[in-house]
Amino acid sequence: MGYIIDENTKVVVQGITGHQGSFHAGEMVKFGTKVVAGVSPGKKGTQHNGIPVFDSVMDAMSTGANSTMISVPAPYVKDAAYEAIDAGIKLIYILTEHVPFHDTLEIFHQTKVRGIRLLGPNGPGATRPGVSKIGIMPNQIFRKGDVAVASRSGTLTYEIVNAITQSGLGETTVVGLGGDPVVGMTFIDALKLFYEDQNTKRIVLVGEIGGNNEEKAARYIVEHGDKSKKVVAYITGRSAPKGKRMGHAGAIIERGVGTAESKIKAFSEAGVKVADYPDDVPTLLR
Amino acid sequence: MNLYEYQGKQLFGRYNIPVPAGYVVENKDQLKKYEHPVVVKSQILLGGRGKSGGIKFARKAEDLAPAVSELLGSKIRDYTVKQLLIEQMLDIKKEYYVSIALNRADRAPVMIASPSGGVEIESVPDDKIFRKNIDPLLGYSAFLGKEASSFMGFDKDLAAQFSKILQQMYQLFIEYDCELVEINPLVQTGDGKLVAADSKVVVDNDSLFRHKDLNNEDPEKTPLEREANEKGYAFVELDGKIGVIANGAGLTMATLDALTLHNGKPRNFLDLGGTDSTEIVVEAFDLVLKAKPEAILVNIFGGVTKCDTVAAGIVEAKKKYNIKQPMVVRLSGVREEEGRKILTDNGIDAFSEMMKAIEKVVTYVKVK
Repeated sequence: MGYIIDENTKVVVQGITGHQGSFHAGEMVKFGTKVVAGVSPGKKGTQHNGIPVFDSVMDAMSTGANSTMISVPAPYVKDAAYEAIDAGIKLIYILTEHVPFHDTLEIFHQTKVRGIRLLGPNGPGATRPGVSKIGIMPNQIFRKGDVAVASRSGTLTYEIVNAITQSGLGETTVVGLGGDPVVGMTFIDALKLFYEDQNTKRIVLVGEIGGNNEEKAARYIVEHGDKSKKVVAYITGRSAPKGKRMGHAGAIIERGVGTAESKIKAFSEAGVKVADYPDDVPTLLR
Repeated sequence: MNLYEYQGKQLFGRYNIPVPAGYVVENKDQLKKYEHPVVVKSQILLGGRGKSGGIKFARKAEDLAPAVSELLGSKIRDYTVKQLLIEQMLDIKKEYYVSIALNRADRAPVMIASPSGGVEIESVPDDKIFRKNIDPLLGYSAFLGKEASSFMGFDKDLAAQFSKILQQMYQLFIEYDCELVEINPLVQTGDGKLVAADSKVVVDNDSLFRHKDLNNEDPEKTPLEREANEKGYAFVELDGKIGVIANGAGLTMATLDALTLHNGKPRNFLDLGGTDSTEIVVEAFDLVLKAKPEAILVNIFGGVTKCDTVAAGIVEAKKKYNIKQPMVVRLSGVREEEGRKILTDNGIDAFSEMMKAIEKVVTYVKVK
C-alpha cells in the first residue's frame, strides 16, 4: 500500500456529535472524503449532516468503513481505538490532544502486531489534494502537485503548505504526525511512502525539538534515500529553553536530547537543506 | 509531574521495593526519638540537592535538631525547603543505578541499569550501562531480570532481589503512568540487602485525571506560567522584550525562532490554540501584558481560528487594557482580509506575511 489514504478510504468518525468531530466531518465531506459513518453511543439511527450515526464501530462497518478519525475526550481514546481495532479498521487517526502516553504505547503496539496504521495522537491528520482527507487541515490551502510534507505540527504545517501552494507548487500528500512524545506514524514511515510514490518529486519534513526522530530520519535518508527526490527540512524550537514544554507534550529538550541544533546538524550532514524560516521552504524546494 | 523523594518512596513501599525506615517532618515538634544514625534530606523537586547542601547527617543524637533547624526554611535555588525526610543511615557496601524510562523513539519502556551508581547516569560510560526495551505486550518477565543481573555481576541472592525490584518498578511504571522510575543509588548494604536510597518518579501530566492523589506544583514554573496554564494556555516566560501571541505550538515556536534570528528576543510563548472566540484573545492579552513586554506581536494562521475573530479580540483588548506598547499583527488564512481591515480601521499595523511582521516588530525594541 503506497498511500495513507486513497479513493477507497471510507471514514467513520468516532465522536461525530462532538464540536470538533461534527465540524470536521462536514469539512472532510466538502473536500471529497467518503465519510460513511459516525459513531456516538445512544444516537443510533440518526443522521448528522447527512452522515448516518451508529452506536458502535462494529455496527458502522456495514457502511464499508475502513478508516477512523477518533475525536473523543482523552480519557476515552484508548477504548475508542480498541473498539476500532476489534471491528477491523485499517487506519486509526487520533485527533485528540492530551492522551496519556501509556495509552498510546498500548494502542501503538496493538496496531503494530495487526498491521494497522496509527496516525497521531494530537496531529491534524492526512490530506491528499484531489483524492481524500482525514483530519482537520483547512481545505483551501492545497493544490495538487509533486511535494509531499510530513510534520509534527498543525498550524505550522498549514503555514508551510500555504507557502508551497502560493509559490506555484502543489502537494501530493501532507501528513501531520502529531505533537506527542509517543505517536504512531513517524518521519521514517512517511519517507518510505514518499520515496515509493512516483508522483512525489520533492519532500518536506517539519520537525521540532524533543526526541530523536528527526535524527533517525536523517540517517534513513542517507542509507535508503532516493537521490532524485529533493528533501527540505524545517526545525522549530531553536530558541526554546531546555526543560520547558513548548506547547506540544513532545516538544521538550530533556537530558541533552532533542535540541534543534542536533536535528539541524543531522539533516545538513544528510544533504538535506534546512530552512531558517517557514517561508524559505518553497525557495529551497526549487 | 515530579514526585518528592518521600512520595516516591511511599509508592516504593506500597510496591514492596525496599526503602530505608524513615518519616517526614515539617517542623521540629514532629521529630521522633533518636534511635540510630540518620540522614536528613531536604524534600525539593529540583536536581543538585546534595551539592547545594540540602542533605545532612546526624551520626549522634545531638546532631539531629541542629541539622533539622538548619535545613527547614533554607533556600535551594530560590526554593524554600518545607519538608525533610529523616531516614535510617544505610551501611553502604556498593551503589548501583536502575531505572525504567520511556524510550520515545522505540515507543517502549526501557530498563536501564548500571553497576556504577550514585552518580548521574549521563556521566557513566556506555559500556557500563545495560539498556533493554520492554515490549509492552509482553510486559515484565523474569528473563529480563536475569539478563540485567548477569550484566550487573550479581550472585544468585542479589540477582533474585534485583529481579524482584525490577518487576515491581515496572508495575509501578505502568500503573502510575510514569515517564520515569529511577533508583539512584540502589544500595547494597553490609548485610547483603538491596535498598532504594533515593527515588525519582515522574508521572505523565496527561494521566493525572486517574491519579487524583497527586497534585505537586512544578517549582520551575513562574507564577505567571502557573496562572496561564490554569486558564488553559500553553505559556512559557522567556527573557526577551517582545510579547508573543500565536496559534498552534509549532507556529508559536517558529515565531519565537524568527524573532530571535532577527535579534528581537521574545518575552513569552503563548499558544492561542484553535478558537473562535474573542474572549480567549482578550484573556491572552491580559497574560502577555502581565509579562510587561515592550512590544507585542500577534501571528495567526487562520483555520478553525478565524482571522476576523482574532482581530475583533485584539481591538477589544486594546481598549480594555489601554495598550500603549507598539503592536504588530500578522493575519493569514481564513477571513484574513476582513481581519486586517478591522485592525487598520483601528490604527493597528496588520500584515499578511509573517516575515514582514517580524521585521516590523523588532524595529520597536532595537537599541537606538
